[in-house]
Amino acid sequence: MSNWWPLIKIVPITTNFKFVKFAKLMATLSVIGVIGSLYLTLTPFQGPCGGLNCGVDFTGGVLIEVDTGQTPVDLSAAREALSGTQGRQDVQVQNYGTPSDTAGRYHAMVRFQPPQGVSGPVAVRQAEDTLRSALGDSIQFTRQEVVGPKVSGELFTGGIIALLVAIGLMMLYIWFRFEWQFGLGAVVGLFHDVILVFGLFAVTKMEFTLTAVAAVLTVIGYSMNDTVVVFDRLRENLRKYKKMPLRDVIDLSINETLSRTIITGVTALMALTALALLGGETLFAFSVALIFGIVFGTYSSIYVGAPIILLWGVKRGESESGDDEPEPVKLGMASRP
Amino acid sequence: MLQLARWKFIVVILATVFGLVFAAPNLLTREQRDALPGWMPHNALNLGLDLRGGSYLLLEADVEALKVQRIANLAEDVETTLNRINVPHDRPVRGAMGVTVRITDPAQSDRALSELRTLVRPDPSNPGQTNFSVRRDNDGLIHLSFSESQFAREASDAVARSLEVVRRRLDATGTNEINPMRQGADRIVVTAPGVSDPAEMERLIGQTARLTFHEVDDSDRIVEALQTGRPPYGWMLVTDQDGQPRLLRERPLLTGEMLTSSSVAYDQNNQPAVGLQFNGEGARIFGDYTTRNVGNSFAILLDGEIVSLANIREPIPGGNGQISGVGGIEQATEMVTLLNAGALPVELTVEERRVVGAELGADAVRGGAIATGVAFVLVLAFMILTYGFLFGGISVIALLVNGVLIIAAMSMIQASLSLPGIAGLILTLAMAVDANVIIYERMRDEVRAGKSAIMAMDAGFKRAWVTIVDANLTTLIAAWIMFFFGSGPVQGFAWTLSIGVITSVFTAVMITQLLLGLWVRAARPKALPIV
Repeated sequence: MSNWWPLIKIVPITTNFKFVKFAKLMATLSVIGVIGSLYLTLTPFQGPCGGLNCGVDFTGGVLIEVDTGQTPVDLSAAREALSGTQGRQDVQVQNYGTPSDTAGRYHAMVRFQPPQGVSGPVAVRQAEDTLRSALGDSIQFTRQEVVGPKVSGELFTGGIIALLVAIGLMMLYIWFRFEWQFGLGAVVGLFHDVILVFGLFAVTKMEFTLTAVAAVLTVIGYSMNDTVVVFDRLRENLRKYKKMPLRDVIDLSINETLSRTIITGVTALMALTALALLGGETLFAFSVALIFGIVFGTYSSIYVGAPIILLWGVKRGESESGDDEPEPVKLGMASRP
Repeated sequence: MLQLARWKFIVVILATVFGLVFAAPNLLTREQRDALPGWMPHNALNLGLDLRGGSYLLLEADVEALKVQRIANLAEDVETTLNRINVPHDRPVRGAMGVTVRITDPAQSDRALSELRTLVRPDPSNPGQTNFSVRRDNDGLIHLSFSESQFAREASDAVARSLEVVRRRLDATGTNEINPMRQGADRIVVTAPGVSDPAEMERLIGQTARLTFHEVDDSDRIVEALQTGRPPYGWMLVTDQDGQPRLLRERPLLTGEMLTSSSVAYDQNNQPAVGLQFNGEGARIFGDYTTRNVGNSFAILLDGEIVSLANIREPIPGGNGQISGVGGIEQATEMVTLLNAGALPVELTVEERRVVGAELGADAVRGGAIATGVAFVLVLAFMILTYGFLFGGISVIALLVNGVLIIAAMSMIQASLSLPGIAGLILTLAMAVDANVIIYERMRDEVRAGKSAIMAMDAGFKRAWVTIVDANLTTLIAAWIMFFFGSGPVQGFAWTLSIGVITSVFTAVMITQLLLGLWVRAARPKALPIV
């Protein structure tokens, strides 16, 4: 058997990267990234979504997907026809996906706010008639979404609440299983990842929909998963090496879990790349958000979560400075000897 | 840890067999599944609307209008009661929560109060409570007011009845699988797989179909009403089919609730009409009224519009009526459907509608299946490449069983598989091998710490277990939140993700353990092939 297979044999059994040494540099980068993302997500400071390209889920309105068969969609004709008449507002027409299916069909996505006083279903019928006369009778309508202002408002607040509850629950969980410094580190990491994913949506102008919120929630789950693995090892090592300086314990723990972090990350990225490339347009934004989220999540469990603990310090069984808390500190409720 | 407990074998084998049996129906066609004997599992994956195509409607009940209606009726009751006992009073004033009336003759105020108190009824659904309360304030005004909870109860009741009406109307279309469900206090969700044009459905649901019979005033009072633009109290102006204004009493004589059935009939000119059959109460009211009012007319209104005006030539006992001049046979049939399903107690408006064409859904299934297949192969190849045939292969077997278990569980509980759900499935693949990776890496650590192969494996499992549970619980929490927050597709994602997390922990830990145990027993290894 060749000496490179299985690959795990050539993965060094111990690595000794000095992660903490670069923590300051990385922290600066992270802060810049987070502030930049926040800025892009929020500006312009108007509407419910700021810099995000929100779908009808959150803005309300009408979305119609048009299938024009073998002929490319005449976007400007469609746009002109829809904007010119009947008082529609915020008309957007764009190509949707590439003609990637075997039949080579072209799709476009139309979004608009229905005219004042016209109900969604009626607005859809009018718009479909308009599009038919602008683009020809052979076009097909493959998808439509109508979301009323009340529902979109609820979905919007619901989405924000879901994200906050998710982060809150994660914090509680970590707090319960570890110590509060760990919880803090985990939550800062989560905010970091979530904000960067929002930044991604703001930069790429990918449509931000309900599914995107599901993607962000999944990123929260994954990022947490990754952080927990590192923290678990950190807790164990803190107990094992009571005299070792905290920064070295952190380095050690990250190094020890590094092969797992990389292998799992690569598996997830491979699977999601397949999804992004082959899963069709509807899942594209979703998979891209997850791919970046996983990268951010992996990075943050190394460079955000752990350094925060370093910043705050952790109470350890035998403190270096001989402070006034002599009893051994339990490192979380479920810790085992 | 690596000693092979018999119960673990039994659990793993049972779970695998169970998984195969429940996943198997997915290999059959629909006809074959239907032909299976009843005791066998025959459910395949339940594809969400975004994958099979169909319509989703979110209807909101206008409970505010219900409130207004209740107060209007009460005002009318007050007016009638006070007129009956000849107590001089101002017009009852409709407020936000009830009706206020001023008795102009203070001497008769007590009599009015006690008479109005007789209108109060015990609340049938809530013993000890009444439908509204009556009190007199210091200025001599009499207040009849509902409570907020009373309105809430009535609204809730009305939405529940609306749901039944919507169900009956949609059932009458003969389309299978249309399933209206209540959501929250005042909403109804209708999912209709395979329906790519919900317009007809919406038309059926959108009509209140409130049938009412009204007294018509043929006298000259209408002239004055038209001049002033204000009809007498308790009367209203409605234009009939020919565009003529008519003066109708607001409070209906009969309503559709007193109808036992309706059917398509033909009138004396052999034109399609709708035949009506009233229940005992309706028949009595109709009989009495027509007996007393020969020569007068009455109007039949559907949703506030006159569909028929008739002159009473003779008393009509027996409770049979007919609406003629409804148009063609199609209109008559639709009206019969609506009337037989009953009127909607509240108006429903479409607040959200999502339609996915069947073709788009089929495309999505194809794309999703290809992506899942490719992702699966990539992960398998990567695991074998990384950990070799033995350890990599074991994780691959665990992954395969995991896949079977997820499909089995999804088929069994009929959780809907949505497009994001497919993404959840793919993500689960990655998360499932994560447990294997944690275990294997832990074993490598233990070897490095100087343990023998078998000791290292043993310790690897023990130590990895805590980490695996911690790591997967976080994903479960995230998925759990999506159940509460998301709509169909997002909940579909939550389903696959949470089922996947649970099965993956089971397969990655149990199956890996057993297979490695068998290997240890057979090979008595001195070193691990992954170090």
